[in-house]
Amino acid sequence: MLAAVLNSVHPHPISLAGNWSGRSWAVGVCAVSLLIALPVIVIASFVAQPAGEVWSHLVTTVLPDYVVNSLILAFGVAFGAAVIGVATAWLTATCEFPGRRWFAWALLLPLAIPAYIIAYTYTGTLDYAGPLQTALRAFFGWQHQDYWFPEIRSLPGAIVMLSLVLYPYVYLLARAAFLEQSGSIIDTSRTLGYGPWDSFFKISLPIARPAIVAGVSLAMMETLADYGTVQYFGVATFTTGIFRTWFGLGDSVAAAQLSGVLLAFVFVLLALERWSRSRARYHHGGHRPQSRRLIRLGGGRALAALCVCAAPLLFGFALPATQLLNWSIRTASDVVDGAFLELVVNTVLLAAVTAVFTVMLACFLGYGRRLVPGLIVRAAVRVSAFGYAVPGTVIAIGVLLPFAWFDNRLDALLQVQFGISTGLLLSGSVAALIFAYIVRFFAVSFNAVEAGLAAIRPTMDDCARSLGYTPMTVVRRIHIPMLRGSLLTALLLVFVDVMKELPATLVLRPFNFNTLAVRAYELAADERLADSSSAALAIVAAGIIPVIWLSRSMQRPDRGGK
Amino acid sequence: MIRQSFNGLFMVAAAIALLNMQPAIAAEVNVYSARKEALIKPLLDRFSADTGIRVNLVTGKADALLARLLSEGVNSPADVLITTDAGRLHRAKTADVLQAVDSTVLAAAVPAEFTDSDGYWFGLSMRARPVMYAKDRVDPTTLNDYEDLASPEWKARICVRSSDNIYNQSMVASMLIARGVESTEEWAEALVANLARDPKGGDRDQIKAVAAGQCDVAIANTYYLAHLLNSDDSNERRAAQAVAIHWPNQSGRGTHVNVSGIAMTRAAPNPDQALQLMEYLVGDAAQTWYAESNYEYPVKLGLGLSPTVAAWGKFKADSVSLSRLGEFNSRAVMLMDRAGWR
Repeated sequence: MLAAVLNSVHPHPISLAGNWSGRSWAVGVCAVSLLIALPVIVIASFVAQPAGEVWSHLVTTVLPDYVVNSLILAFGVAFGAAVIGVATAWLTATCEFPGRRWFAWALLLPLAIPAYIIAYTYTGTLDYAGPLQTALRAFFGWQHQDYWFPEIRSLPGAIVMLSLVLYPYVYLLARAAFLEQSGSIIDTSRTLGYGPWDSFFKISLPIARPAIVAGVSLAMMETLADYGTVQYFGVATFTTGIFRTWFGLGDSVAAAQLSGVLLAFVFVLLALERWSRSRARYHHGGHRPQSRRLIRLGGGRALAALCVCAAPLLFGFALPATQLLNWSIRTASDVVDGAFLELVVNTVLLAAVTAVFTVMLACFLGYGRRLVPGLIVRAAVRVSAFGYAVPGTVIAIGVLLPFAWFDNRLDALLQVQFGISTGLLLSGSVAALIFAYIVRFFAVSFNAVEAGLAAIRPTMDDCARSLGYTPMTVVRRIHIPMLRGSLLTALLLVFVDVMKELPATLVLRPFNFNTLAVRAYELAADERLADSSSAALAIVAAGIIPVIWLSRSMQRPDRGGK
Repeated sequence: MIRQSFNGLFMVAAAIALLNMQPAIAAEVNVYSARKEALIKPLLDRFSADTGIRVNLVTGKADALLARLLSEGVNSPADVLITTDAGRLHRAKTADVLQAVDSTVLAAAVPAEFTDSDGYWFGLSMRARPVMYAKDRVDPTTLNDYEDLASPEWKARICVRSSDNIYNQSMVASMLIARGVESTEEWAEALVANLARDPKGGDRDQIKAVAAGQCDVAIANTYYLAHLLNSDDSNERRAAQAVAIHWPNQSGRGTHVNVSGIAMTRAAPNPDQALQLMEYLVGDAAQTWYAESNYEYPVKLGLGLSPTVAAWGKFKADSVSLSRLGEFNSRAVMLMDRAGWR
C-alpha cells in the first residue's frame, strides 16, 4: 500500500533534492506530517465510536446554536481582521505619510495581547457595572433600561475583540506580500491610467491574495479554537460546547465527536483556502523590491491614513495595555517577586525553543511539498495543519493518550525483559508540552514559510542549478535571503502564540512548572483581574521585543525606497 | 574469611546507600490540584516547612487532571487529587483512579456529609451558594426559597452565571434530587424567563450587576462577596456593601452547599506522605487558613470564621449526599440545555 502511494510521487529526479531522492523526501515528509497530526488523529478516531444518548441530546438542543454562533464568529472575525489587516498593510507598505515607519512595526503590537485578556479589560471598562456606564448613569440620572449601550459581552463583542488581536496575522502576511510586489507592476498600471484605487484593487490586492487568504485563515482557525473569550462572553460555540459536554456531561466520546465536527469545518476552510490559492499562483518578476516608489499622501489623505492606522493600534493595544498598567501599578508589589521572574524565564525559553523547532519542521515540510509534488505528500502536509483550529485542551488530550500509552508499554516491556522500571518518560515532561505546542501552532509557521517559498519561482532554482550551483548553494544564496522575512515572521508568530497559550499548558505541564499565561489565567479566572494584570503585562512586554526585532529586519528591504 | 568481610562490607555499603536514599525517596508528595495555585500553594508551603516533605504541584481543570490520571495509569506520579467540588471526586472514584483511605484523623475531622461513605474522598472546605439581593430595592421577606425565583414577580430581575459552571450544575442537581425532573425543569425554564440578561461572566460579575442596578437578585457563592467586601478597590467595596445575603430554603432542605475536597490516587507512589498531607489539610491550622484567606467555611466544626463571613450568621445547609450531586451532574446539565439556560 505504502509502496504504491510512494510510487505515485513525481517520477523524475528533482533538481533541488540533490542526493536525496524524491522517495526519501516523500517518506520523511509523510512521517513528520503524521507525527504532527497524531493528536488530531487520536481525537478524530473517537468519532468512529457509536453516538450515544448524549449526542442525540446535543443535536436536539444546543448543537444548532454551536454551529450558527461558530460560523458567525469565524466569518465576522475573518471580515474584521481582513479589513483592518489589508488596509493597514497596504498603507504602510506603499504610501508615505507621517508616522509610517513607526506604524509599520507598532501595528503588530496587538498580537502580544491574549484574546481573553483584551476581553477582560474591555469588559472592566464598558460593562454595565463598569466605570463608563456608571458615570453616564450618574451624569444623566439614567436608570437601568433608560438608555441603549452596546453590550460588550455578546457575539458582536466577541467578533470585535478577536478581530482586534487577530488582524496582525493578516497584516504581517499581506504587508510582506505588498513589499515584495515589484514596483514596476504598479508603475506600469499607473502609466496605463489607473488611479491609486484602481491599482490597489486591480493589481496589488489580487497579487497579494494568497498571503491575505493565508492570514485570514489563520485568524479564523484561531477564532474557532478560542475558548477564553467566548466562555467569558457567554457565547455558545463549538469550543464551549466541547468543554461543556466533556466536563459537565462527563462524556468524552461525545466531546470528541463535537471536535470531529469542528475538524470538518476546518477541513472545508482549508480546502477553500487551497482552492483560492490554486486559482492564483503568482510569482513576481525579477525586479528587486527596492525599486518601488512610495505613493506620497498629502493633507487630508495623509491624515486619513494616519487615523486608519492609529485606530486598531489604539483599540487593540494602547487602551487595553493602559488598563493593564493601571491595575498592575496597584498590585505589582504583591505579585512581582523572585518566583515571578522564574515565570518570565520559563515562558520565554519555552516559547523560543518551540518557535525554532516549529519553524525547522515547517521548512522541512515546505521544501518537501515543493520538491515532491505528489498528491499524498500534499494531503499529509495539509493534515499536519489541523491542530491550529483545535482547542488546546483537546490537543493536550490527544498528546496525553498516545504518550502515556507509549510510556506504560515501554515500562512494562523493560520490567519484563530487564526488571527496570522507567516510569513515565514523556508524559508530564517539557518535551510533551513542546510537542503539543508544535501540533497546535504548526499551521502558523507553515503558512508563513509556504507563502515565502511560493514567491520563489521554480525557474530560479533551475537557472541557478544550470549555472552549476549545488542544491545547498541555491538554498544559501537564493532561498535564505528571499525567505528571511517569512522565516522571521514564522518564528515571531509561534513565539508569541506559545507565550499566550494556556489550555494545553495547563493540562500537560510538569510539576512545579508555570508560565505567565497560567498565572494570568488562574488569577483572572478567579475574577482577580487586577492581580492578573502583571502577568498579562509581562506577556505583552516579552512579546513586544521580538515584534520590534522582527519589524526592524523586515524594514531593511524598503530602506532604500525613498 | 576474606569473602565474608567482603560480604560484610557490601552489606554496610548497601545499608548506607539505602539510608542515604531514604530521605530522597520519602520526603516527597505529588499533588494534582484543581484549586488554583494561589488558593493552595501557601498551605502546601506551610506543610513542607512543618514536615520537611517536599510538595510538587500541578494545577489545572479537574476533568483535565482526571484525564491525565486516567491516561497515566499505574505509573502516574500523582499521590493526591484536589478538586473544587465533590462531583469531580465522585467522577474520579467511579473512574477507578482513587483508593480508599482509612484514617481516624480524617474521620474525626470531616463530618460524614462531606466525605465519601467508602472513604474515597474527603471535604476540605465548604462553599455556600445562597441568593444575594440589592438592599435598597428588595425586601428580603419576599425572598424565600430558590423555587420562588421562578415566580413572575422576578421578571427581568435575576442575574446568574452560565450553566457551564459547576456551581450551577451542582445546585440544579441538588434540586433534581429533591424535587424530580419535571418540577426542576419547569423551575429552570421560569428562572431563565426571569433573567435580566443572558448569563455571562462569573459570580463576582453577578454581584456587581446587582449593585449597579442591572438586576435585583443573583445566585452566587459567598466567598466572592466576601472578597469584594475586603477588596483594595473602593468601588468594589462600595458595590459589595449594597448587596446582602439571603439564605434560601431554611424551612426546607437548606441552602445549597458543596465542598472542595481531596482524594488519594490509586497509583500513589508516596501513600504515607499523601496521608500526612491529607490529615494536615483538615488540621486546625489549615482549616483556619481556608476561613481567613479565602472566606470559605471550614469543614471541621468548632473553628472560627472570618469576621466578614461570621456577620452573615448561621444557616441550614442542604444535607444531600455530595456524591449524589456527582451522580446527577450530567442529568442537571441536560436539563439546563433543554430549559435554554445558556
